[in-house]
Amino acid sequence: MTFQELEQLRITAKEALAARLGGAPADEYKYHVLVCGGTGCHSSGCQAVADALEKAIEDNGLKNSIKLVQTGCIGACQLGPVVMVYPGAYHYCNVKPEDISDIVNDHLKNDKFVERLCYKNDKGELQPTVPEMDFFKKQLKIALRNCGLIDPVSFEEYVAVDGFAALAKVLKDMTPQQVIDEVKNAGLRGRGGAGFPTGLKWQFMANEKADQKYVICNGDEGDPGAFMDNAVLTGDPFSVIEAMTICGYATGASKGYAYIRLEYPLAIKNFKKALEIAREKGMLGNNILGTDFSFDIEIREGAGAFVCGEETALMASTEGRRGEPRPRPPFPAASGLYNKPSNINNVETWANICPIINKGADWYAGIGVGKSKGTKVFALAGKVVNSGLVEVPLGITLREVVEEIGGGIAGGKKFKAAQTGGPSGGCIPAEHFDTSLDYETLASLGSIVGSGGLIVIDEDNCMVDLAKFYLGFTQDESCGKCTPCRIGTKRMLEIMERITKGLGREGDIELLEEMAAMIKQSALCGLGQTAPNPILSTLKYYRAEYEAHIKDKVCPAGICKIRGAKKTTS
Amino acid sequence: MGAGCNCNCQPEVDKKIESLISQHRGNPNDLIVVMAGIQEALGYLPKDLMIKVAEELCVPLTDVYGVATFYAAFSLRPRGRHSINLCLGTACYVKGAPEIQAELEKQLKIKPGDTTEDRRFSFDVVRCLGACGIAPVMTIDGEVHPRMTPDKVAEVLAKYE
Repeated sequence: MTFQELEQLRITAKEALAARLGGAPADEYKYHVLVCGGTGCHSSGCQAVADALEKAIEDNGLKNSIKLVQTGCIGACQLGPVVMVYPGAYHYCNVKPEDISDIVNDHLKNDKFVERLCYKNDKGELQPTVPEMDFFKKQLKIALRNCGLIDPVSFEEYVAVDGFAALAKVLKDMTPQQVIDEVKNAGLRGRGGAGFPTGLKWQFMANEKADQKYVICNGDEGDPGAFMDNAVLTGDPFSVIEAMTICGYATGASKGYAYIRLEYPLAIKNFKKALEIAREKGMLGNNILGTDFSFDIEIREGAGAFVCGEETALMASTEGRRGEPRPRPPFPAASGLYNKPSNINNVETWANICPIINKGADWYAGIGVGKSKGTKVFALAGKVVNSGLVEVPLGITLREVVEEIGGGIAGGKKFKAAQTGGPSGGCIPAEHFDTSLDYETLASLGSIVGSGGLIVIDEDNCMVDLAKFYLGFTQDESCGKCTPCRIGTKRMLEIMERITKGLGREGDIELLEEMAAMIKQSALCGLGQTAPNPILSTLKYYRAEYEAHIKDKVCPAGICKIRGAKKTTS
Repeated sequence: MGAGCNCNCQPEVDKKIESLISQHRGNPNDLIVVMAGIQEALGYLPKDLMIKVAEELCVPLTDVYGVATFYAAFSLRPRGRHSINLCLGTACYVKGAPEIQAELEKQLKIKPGDTTEDRRFSFDVVRCLGACGIAPVMTIDGEVHPRMTPDKVAEVLAKYE
């Protein structure tokens, strides 16, 4: 495909998608009906809904006037299976196959939306469309811009939402250095957890001279409670492919690897399909868009190891070895995969690249707060009314996310804490409910943005038990290569187990603190260095709960099974 | 049970594995890809095949064993007919996954990582299936069972013979 053919296609593709893009429907379809095919909706049975819809459309002779599309994650996982009807972005919740006849008869045939299937907030207010729903009001979608809007594996639909426009722009009008400068000026930081400036990372790799360089997509999302990478890989795989290709151009790489964890079969399937289509259309492979730039991507399926999210471990695993990290330097930019210069970015980071190229660094840098630019996707889950994926400008407050987007705590319970950043992160207690969600503020509270897990904890949860849970996870997932992580986390876990069984001893807290400090300083990689964080953060804010377990032999929340303990309310 | 590994009753599977290995012959970098293929075809990694893979891909046998025991996807023992994965991600954990685990252990009489004596079920815990909105979640042969409670366990298990 040439530049011209791509632009030509875009015009017709945009027309075909006008119903969804807010314009007047110019195509032959009166309604576009979207069924969410994200993991959450799949799990709640969206396939049966999609099948019932297809049959009903056929039976009612609407095949030529209704376009049925299965999309990626729309966001409100709690409300799934979700069906959307465009124009108007009507959002039907918890749809069952038996609800289909109402949608077809009332909405598709008689232009009247089905009130009983629409969202009502806790005040009973009807919010039938996406712009009206509390869950979406404060969101700003950049990384998730296409998730839930397009057919993830339709080239035409991706082109309609400006797909491959960024790639065309850089190949036609920009030098590699200009591309890197754009990403640098946007202020985008790595969304995988560490928050390192992405443009700088690209610059390091571009500065290296080598016969072969690699671009890698880190899709080994292993944080328990985070699933945005899954959503992007499943719902918008082309955007990751396009961004990796742009990076290849900017840094001088000709080969890419997408490392995707095997627990995400749907993501692997869609990404594979998208790769095939991109190759077929000339967006990957030799002489992309008729230029002399060549680039291709291969998938590597993860085999189930949390540590493989660490970049040096991920590269070892890609090479077919045990996913064990190695000391840095040398950094991957100098010596990475197969000892060649390599650049690794997280899926969500990749998803931000094309909008930055298309709309410019200034636009992106204008969103967010301080040194935290742009948006962040949070996987909102736990004891919250509306869980799901939310993308918000950095700098939004925790309260806004939990109360306004999430609809507050389920069951009228009290907010106790928000756990952010997964096993590498920490807790934000109720007294900091109005804190700004950004890299610097969370760090100052002893937590991190991390990959974006945001688990809401209510008064029924025990913080000591939760800290033990995270430590158990990292202990389990430690690769065992370095002693502090292998043995240190094991000893800490033993202490935590004792405490939660009511066998805690005087001095345990101090011992935990001492060991935490040592492990943080001496572990080889990020997994070990951050493993003590949940303990340190809960000790900081909920020390009294530890003391109650140790001294009084009670679990204030009544979670830990302490023999002979009385259940008390806190 | 050892006879079930590379037995003559599954010639197509044998052929598939044979061709998989020969496709990657002499390429140590493809070790995980080959092992994943065998795991998928047989449900575990028989000893004789690990030796064969080591020879054909030019990887020391210790490394093959090292990889096999490192990753959660690989099993050295035959698996049950149905594979249960209970999610122990944070969202599932705070919403009661530990109680479901206790109930599964009670009903199946095995711990995570084991297979029931009649080989009907294998039971594992996994960390986050990416479906936190409908926690707690468990899957059986990939089929998702959302919003699990301990009293639903028996009913769900009964569906799998």
